[in-house]
Amino acid sequence: MGMNVDAIFQIAGMGIIVAMIHTVLKSSGKEDWANWVTLIGIIVVLFMVASYINDLFQEIKRVFLFK
Amino acid sequence: MDIIQVVGIGLIATILALILKEQKPMFAFLLATVTGVIIFLVVIGKISEVIRVLEKMAAQANLNMIYLDTILKIIGIAYIAEFGAQVTRDAGQGAIASKIELAGKVLIMVMAIPILSLIVETIVRLLPS
Repeated sequence: MGMNVDAIFQIAGMGIIVAMIHTVLKSSGKEDWANWVTLIGIIVVLFMVASYINDLFQEIKRVFLFK
Repeated sequence: MDIIQVVGIGLIATILALILKEQKPMFAFLLATVTGVIIFLVVIGKISEVIRVLEKMAAQANLNMIYLDTILKIIGIAYIAEFGAQVTRDAGQGAIASKIELAGKVLIMVMAIPILSLIVETIVRLLPS
């Protein structure tokens, strides 16, 4: 339960930090770096989300499909 | 009092998603997905207890296990399809969500066909020839 709620805060924190870095880099004239940071942040978060969805599917398989 | 936890998680995630949506909509979408997964994981433990009881009752009643198996599989398909469709619709892709729902309905129908054919056979046998 505790670990579960942590994931929400992790993802929200990642989002806010990435948005901040994006703004800072953009205002200092490094547009391409800002886009790279956004892309990598999205990939990292996507990885976390994918592992959670995998957990969910395994659980549903265990409970409903018996396999 | 799991409902308080679930509502708390939902409210916090909603606030965070609203904050993120202005900056990066992608992160808000991923946050909503993870929230859905987490709430589902909280609830699915309870469902599994209920299902164990149902299984025991079916075993006591000497019911053929295939029926219960099929029904549980159908419930599982319904939950997964609903989850996927809602997440997809939330991201603004209503067409893909409709297709996921369609796939869920078709697969449920395919799983229900053996039971349906059994019912028809039974009725035909009951009818006086």
